[in-house]
Amino acid sequence: MPAIDAIVIGCSAGGPSALALLLGALDHRLPASVIVCSHTASNNPHSMCDLLAQHSTLPVIEACEREPVRGGMVQVAPPDYHLLIERGRRFALSVDEPVGFSRPSIDVLFGSAAEAYGAGLIAVILTGANADGAAGLACVRRTGGLAIVQQPDDATAPAMPLAALELAGADHCLALDEMAPLINRLCMT
Amino acid sequence: MNPVALNLSGIDPELDDIELNLFVSAMRQRHGYDFAQYAPASLKRRVYQLVEQHHTSNISTLTGRLLHDPTFLPQVLEGLSVPVSDMFRDPPVFRALREQVLPALSAHPRITIWQAGCARGQEIYSLAILLEEAGLYDRCQIYATDFNDAALRQAREGIYPAREAQAWSRNYQAAGGTCSLADYYSARYDFIKLDQRLRRNVVFADHNLVTDAVFCEAQLVLCRNVLIYFSNALQNHVLAMFRDSLVPGGFLCLGMRESLALAPAARDFVALDGSLRLFRRSEPIPTDHAGH
Repeated sequence: MPAIDAIVIGCSAGGPSALALLLGALDHRLPASVIVCSHTASNNPHSMCDLLAQHSTLPVIEACEREPVRGGMVQVAPPDYHLLIERGRRFALSVDEPVGFSRPSIDVLFGSAAEAYGAGLIAVILTGANADGAAGLACVRRTGGLAIVQQPDDATAPAMPLAALELAGADHCLALDEMAPLINRLCMT
Repeated sequence: MNPVALNLSGIDPELDDIELNLFVSAMRQRHGYDFAQYAPASLKRRVYQLVEQHHTSNISTLTGRLLHDPTFLPQVLEGLSVPVSDMFRDPPVFRALREQVLPALSAHPRITIWQAGCARGQEIYSLAILLEEAGLYDRCQIYATDFNDAALRQAREGIYPAREAQAWSRNYQAAGGTCSLADYYSARYDFIKLDQRLRRNVVFADHNLVTDAVFCEAQLVLCRNVLIYFSNALQNHVLAMFRDSLVPGGFLCLGMRESLALAPAARDFVALDGSLRLFRRSEPIPTDHAGH
């Protein structure tokens, strides 16, 4: 089993509290990069980072274009831009059309991360009220990455996990509180 | 929900790279458009969108059509450019232009402004409104440039979907607007048309940041969310061009999440408001850069 270099997480409605729970339970020594794409829009660009930083065991910063993706850190997509990862594992931003009304789009992040990390990637779909992320998750699975989807009946909004399961399937379909122990185990061994 | 451009992605990345390189070569050698220095992840996504839009089975088929069908190029250029924006996108930036930049520009008897990558013109009309309200418009020569001719045509027309009007009005107010945005457009059916008097001093022109050179001496250059699509080297090249297009002390306005940390030419600018990506040109052009 290849080493895990990065974990990409996508969510929408209900996302902030689900993220707080998940990031709060990750091992603080986690060497992998954690990259978050959440649709929960805000006028205050830093409020999402601030909120997550209150709960996360790892430092939380906004992803910055051209900067290398950093290990042991949570990096959050800025509002109103798509976040992509180049093959050289640096962040890139785009203001291309929203995908299914969403910018940042989980599909765009996952699709680029799949190419940058291949089998060294874990992709996680959490609660959400639309189908963003499903095509991206399929992409991750095609390049050998591992797919984790929140159990729909455990999610505040089940549409996003349901769409992901239908289009891409999953290697693990888990309740929220079962995810961090699995990720810790996969990344720390 | 349309999973745009992902159906084909990730199947064979190595083959993708070969096909993408051939596409870029065809654009350059056949049509003179150079995308080699574009950031690869977004370029690839857009090329895949073209593949899906035109129902070709892969990038190579697209490339073949690009080489043999002379009517195809405009559609490809449209797909590879950045046509998306809003009026008064990022209101704090337009508020800073209104409150900090325009008062400084008012000292000049003639004001030259260049918006590079104007796309469909939403920001040019936003800027024109600011200039009108500051009483500076009639002193201004405004250049709005893009390499996408179709977008330039739309920018000239200034017609946008009416569904945008509400959000744009909110942006205008948040940017310190003193009237109502509705004073500047007329609504017809599902569209709004911006008052064409707003473009009486605007020249819309074809200019490619990759291959074309400095053409004006400006007090203000706006280029928001265009350089994010460029490699570090091309970002630096274009920044140097902006420096050479600006008078000393001239203003540069970039997109709110753009990073200049890796661009040596950024040393020739000082931040007026770093968080808004608003800069001033600091030094005169060094002699070894003259004629660049």
